[in-house]
Amino acid sequence: MDDLYREVILDHYKSPRGHGLIDDADAQAEGQNPLCGDEVTISVKFAADGETIASVGFEGRGCAISQAATSMLTELVQGRKATEVASLPREALLDEIGIPLTPIRLKCAILGLGVLKVALHKAKGTPLPEEWQGMGGDDLTFG
Amino acid sequence: MRAFINAPSHREVIFTRSATEAINLIAYSWGLDNLGPGDVVVITELEHHANFVPWQFIAKRTGAQFAHIPIDDYGELQLDALDEIATRGNIKVVANNLVSNTLGTINPVEKLAAWAHEHGAIMVVDAAQAAPHRHIDVQALGCDFLAFSSHKLCGPSGAGALWGRRELLEEMQPFNLGGEMIRSVALERTSWNELPYKFEAGTPAIAEAYGFGQAIDYVSAVGLDAIEAHEHELVVQAMDALGELPGVRIFGPPADRRTGIVSFEVEGIHPHDVAQILNWEGVAVRAGHHCTQPLMTRLGVAATTRASFYLYSIPEEVERLVEGIKKVQATFS
Repeated sequence: MDDLYREVILDHYKSPRGHGLIDDADAQAEGQNPLCGDEVTISVKFAADGETIASVGFEGRGCAISQAATSMLTELVQGRKATEVASLPREALLDEIGIPLTPIRLKCAILGLGVLKVALHKAKGTPLPEEWQGMGGDDLTFG
Repeated sequence: MRAFINAPSHREVIFTRSATEAINLIAYSWGLDNLGPGDVVVITELEHHANFVPWQFIAKRTGAQFAHIPIDDYGELQLDALDEIATRGNIKVVANNLVSNTLGTINPVEKLAAWAHEHGAIMVVDAAQAAPHRHIDVQALGCDFLAFSSHKLCGPSGAGALWGRRELLEEMQPFNLGGEMIRSVALERTSWNELPYKFEAGTPAIAEAYGFGQAIDYVSAVGLDAIEAHEHELVVQAMDALGELPGVRIFGPPADRRTGIVSFEVEGIHPHDVAQILNWEGVAVRAGHHCTQPLMTRLGVAATTRASFYLYSIPEEVERLVEGIKKVQATFS
């Protein structure tokens, strides 16, 4: 059962790809997983066509799953179009992670993907289905 | 139920869905009618959200101030802050958990109750984390309300209890309204049933309440003194062993001032990762903020890993915990 922390995940956690935010980003969003305190901020730079993701960078802190999954995500979406990523199902990322996750850890795993979808939605108006809403850190304080 | 907490009368014991509901009952029924501008609601930095958020919310609703008693680096209340808090306005409510669910700290509720009464305030005790582990005597504590829950003491979820002083309960308006809590209903007016039914509207969780009673009988038969002594041995063992592990930091007070809880962090490794690997090693711990986010902020962490001991825990399990933490460290090294 040590699969979850098999080498590839630990490798992404210890040496994250796409680490660091992009200075002149075209799209950026941040999100939290309030249950764990996981935090991820993702920034995107588009290619000259204004649609293709030329580079994507992130910063964050949290458990190995959340950070490794976001690192994997940056590799997964590089060179893809915003509309394509907006409709990318969570399974595409979960296949990359490749191990079964409990519902709570699932939220850690898809945090980065949700934040990226929010960033693209804000910058490009791409659709943001209901299941991905609320990851952009809506402030629900009272008083 | 009455005997379990040494309540003067069974009429003062109200069945609720949970300790959370019990505290909301006090906050709404007592708080909305008794709090206003110039009043101060006092909670502590180590409250469970169930005894924090309702008071924060009702304080805002009524215009009362919301003050907190800070903790020291051992996770113990700094009572010398009380003098300053008393200068802020009319102290009306002091709310505190008897035992911290995150650190295991045993709080000086008797002292706080005395201080509250000196200032004309009521003392509300969240005993959800204390009731399974040590004797509760509402009269000795000197509090005015006390809430606890079934699921933390071997009983089913969906059942909790509130004890309150009769004179306060009688003055209070009902919380939930409907069947059972009425004496008579007419188009013109409705009158309330006697205690405790006035606060028990609707069909109760009958099976759960029965299970709650069975759990109390069971725990009482084992003996709370025996449970407390057993947990203490495990806590001493765990704190000694974890204290020797490099890179492990234990939160909270020394063993003799806490119940059977050891909250810790493993340096550089997120508690969820710690818990996940411990889980595979057959050690069940809780990782997270434990519904005590203000405490996490004070401790400077997003979350902790918490080992909890109860009457069924054994020394071998503490050893497995220690071996499991070594495995966690090896995995992430």
